[in-house]
Order: sequence, then C-alpha cells, then structure tokens
Amino acid sequence: MYNKTVMDHFMNPRNVGEIEDADGVGEAGNPHGDFMKIFLKIKDNRIEDVRFKTFGCAAAIASSSMATELIKGMTLEEAWDLTNEAVGEALGGLPPGKLECSVVSREAIHMAINEYRKKQGLEPLEEKLPNP
Amino acid sequence: MGEKRFVYMDHAATTFTKPEVAEAMMPFLKEHFGNPSSLYSIGREAKEAVESAREQLAKALGAKPEEVYFTSGGTESDNWAVKGTALARQERGNHIITTPIEHHAVLYPCEYLETKGFEVTYLLVDRYGLVDPADVEAAIREDTTLISVMYANNEIGTLEPVPEIGKIAKEHGVPFHTDAVQVIGKIPLDMQGKHKDIDMLSLSSHKFYGPKGVGALYIREGTEIDNYMHGGGQERGRRAGTENVAGIVGMGKAIELATANIEAHNEKIRKMRDRLKDGVLEIPHCRLNGHPEKRLPGNLNFSFEYIEGESLLLMLDQLGVCCSTGSACSSGSSEPSHVLRAIGLPPKIAQGSLRLTLGDADSEEDVDYVLEVLPGIVEKLRAMSPFYKPAAGT
Ligand SMILES: Cc1ncc(COP(=O)(O)O)c(C=O)c1O
Ligand code: FES
Repeated sequence: MYNKTVMDHFMNPRNVGEIEDADGVGEAGNPHGDFMKIFLKIKDNRIEDVRFKTFGCAAAIASSSMATELIKGMTLEEAWDLTNEAVGEALGGLPPGKLECSVVSREAIHMAINEYRKKQGLEPLEEKLPNP
Repeated sequence: MGEKRFVYMDHAATTFTKPEVAEAMMPFLKEHFGNPSSLYSIGREAKEAVESAREQLAKALGAKPEEVYFTSGGTESDNWAVKGTALARQERGNHIITTPIEHHAVLYPCEYLETKGFEVTYLLVDRYGLVDPADVEAAIREDTTLISVMYANNEIGTLEPVPEIGKIAKEHGVPFHTDAVQVIGKIPLDMQGKHKDIDMLSLSSHKFYGPKGVGALYIREGTEIDNYMHGGGQERGRRAGTENVAGIVGMGKAIELATANIEAHNEKIRKMRDRLKDGVLEIPHCRLNGHPEKRLPGNLNFSFEYIEGESLLLMLDQLGVCCSTGSACSSGSSEPSHVLRAIGLPPKIAQGSLRLTLGDADSEEDVDYVLEVLPGIVEKLRAMSPFYKPAAGT
C-alpha cells in the first residue's frame, strides 16, 4: 500500500527529535489526535536545521520526515510555500486519502515560521487563499 | 536481534487451510465437479459429500443435520439471521436487541433495518466488553422479535454469557441468535444441551482452518425465519444457489479437526498466549484490553500509550510479524474501532491498539521473537512521539 520511499521515510525518519534553543517552534494536530511538533533553527532567513516529532500513521510520519528534508536550507518564504502535494510527490505518491495526513506538517511549519517572525518583530506571513 | 522470522499472529482475521482440509477438497475441484442437484453419478457424489459435511457440522455442534444450512460465510449467516428473523416476525413487532460490539455483519444489517422502520436497542457493555444478562432482560419488550449477542468478540476476545442470555430469551419467547464465528474449536458447542436456548448460530470456515467463502447458519427446528437468498431449491428450499461443494467439504473436515480435542488445544494456545501477555505487559505504559479471564484462548489486545496503531503494525510487518490494530487509519483520520469506543477507551489510547491472535501457525519460538522485537519498536515510535515524555531518570 505504501511505496518504497514512503516506507523508507517511515522506517528511518530523518530529523526526528527536538532542538532546545530553537528559533521557531510550531505544532499542529487534527481532531483525530494526529499531532506534529516542529523545531526550526533559522539563520539569515534560511532554515539551517529542523527537527520534528509526530504522532500518526505511517503516511504522517513519512511526510513529516520528507517535509523536514525539503525545507532544510530553504528561505522562510520558500518553506512557507511548500505544499502537501509537493511533499506527496517527493515521496513518490501517497495512497488515496493519505495525502490528508501530510496537512499537519504544513500547518506546523507555518506556525513555527510565524512564531519566529513574531519574535523578530516581523509581520506574520498569511495563508494564501486558493485562487478564485 | 536474531534472524528475521515470519510470524503469523492474526488468527482472528483468518487461519491457514490445514493440509488435510485442502486434500479433502481437491477431488471436488478436479474430477468430482458435478452439481449436487444433478441426478447422474458425479452429481450424486457431490450431493453425498455435501451431506456428509452437514453431518460433520451437526456432530460438532451437537445439532441435527437438518438444522445446518450452508452459506457463503459468517457475513451471510449473520445477515440472514438478523434480516430473515426481523422480516419473518414483522407482524409481531419491530424491535431488535443487540450490542454495540457486534461484528459489522450484524451491526450493519441492524442499521439497515432501522432505516426501514425497525427499532434497535444496543445494550451497554462494561469496560471489558461484557454484556449483563440482566440488561438483556430489562430491554425485552412486547414487540421484541430478535436478540443477537455474539459469543466472543473478534477484537478484544471477550466471551459473552451466551447460555444465560439464551435462557432469558427463551423464558420471554424471543428468538436468540449468536455470532459464534470466533469460538468454533475453542468452546465446545452442544445445541441439544448447554446451548439448547440458542435458536440461530453463525459460523465461518476460514476462522477454523477451513477455506474462505464458506460458512453455515444453524437454525433450530421450528425457528421462524425468511429466506435470504432467493432462487433455486438448494438447502431444502431455504438457501438458493449451487453449493460451494469443495468449500463445504473442506469446512466439514476442518470442523471435525477443530473440535476433536478442544481442551488440550486451548491449553497449548493459552500457555503461549499467557507467556506473550506477561512479556508484553512489561513494556511501560501498556495495558490489556478485554476481559482478563473471560476471553478467547488465543486473543491478546493491547494499548500502547503515545503511539498509533498503523505505525506499530507496519513496523512489526517489516520484521515479519503479522497482526492487526483496532484503529482504522484512513483519509487523515485514525478512528478507533467501534469496539474500543464501546468499552470506553479514550481515543488516544485506543489509537495505539494492537491485536495479536495466536493459533496453530504459532510456536514458542514465535512468542520469543515477538517479545524480542516488540519493545524496541514501541520505544522507537515513542521516541518520535510528541506526547511521550520519558520519566526522569529512565
Ligand atoms: C465475529 C465475526 N463475525 C463475522 C465475521 C465475518 O465472517 P466472514 O469473513 O466469513 O464473512 C467475522 C470475520 O471477519 C467475525 O470475526
Ligand atoms: S495521520 Fe491519521 S490517518 Fe494518517
């Protein structure tokens, strides 16, 4: 049901853990109890390092792992724009219905970025509304 | 860690087909292909084989062969019992009593009947999943036409007080159905003795080392029930459709084997199961779901706090262990099963549930292996969990 890449990121998730002196921390969950916490180390508007912890199914864990791999080295704006679809694609596709499971990672990333921006006295970035 | 093994601990989902069973079926897949309704020789052979399987089932159940009806499995038997009885007795009332922990093969027919104007009472169960016979009695009304309570729950293994409930049903003149799919070969059945108050009983071959897609409904003589499958005159005009001859023959052989030595077999499985249980319960923040004693001999159902069932299952699968979880993960929602909800497990704890069901595919070495790999997997998943805070000093 899951492809090799997903299984690899599930069995050997990258960037698991916490960063004590993180510059931005975010968390997100859904009503079913799936939950992710993310820690960012930021330098010159770029994500230098990232760690996460996730409670959820294999798709949730694998997409947390992949999302953290993808945003490492990105500017905050680039990381903000990372979509679930892009994470799913990088994983070589998720089974039907399981793309939803990656939503928590995007929300957690957004929260961590804005937490950092607030600390810096910057305006929070805003959720882009879907094109009309 | 030692060698990777293949360990099958999902016997409640299905069992392997015993070689003797497959062998008994073979001739009916090959040369004896006749239709039991045909009059010529190979038809008669098929007919005889079906009838001798009926006798094997009757013997195992302590029933009369005329009370055994072959079906396509547990699901059809449950559907037939519930809908067939409700419809046949509609003139007398439209009230059904059942439990919230039944298999969906009972629950969904009940829900369907609700859309057609029937009323269903879902009895409360306690935290072990036990039904109180006094609650059954209290729920009976003038217009109650059926009581359906499963003999053993497929997820948590809890055994219901079925003979007691049957007695109450009989006293009130209400037909009683039990889904006995999980108990064949584990509890000796005697429809003339201890189980004389059960009017209908569902069973399914693939849960006792027989082939899939075949089962039976026991219907006590004189029980009012409508047909479910309409068509040809098979099964004495009560269940239409050309018989699954090979499947029926296999089920006959399987039930004979499964009921030959129930106590000794249970003892062996229970011994392995208890050793596995004690070992797993040493993992911190882990609990056993279901009744501590009144449970199927091979059943274990655990909840591991701070982790999610699908992840646990997949990691075990990577190490060769087949088992299942009570949290169905789909569309971004990992919903705990209806059974775990009914026994009142908090959703967070229900999500980390793991069912291990032991049977003839298992050995003491398999128990060793699971005890060797499971703690590490739980630890690994907890290390990823944002909810888990290891206690200071550990
Ligand atoms: C308690 C119970 N009832 C009914 C069924 C359905 O049986 P079958 O798979 O033969 O349709 C099962 C098995 O999944 C079961 O465990
Ligand atoms: S995170 Fe719950 S189903 Fe995937």
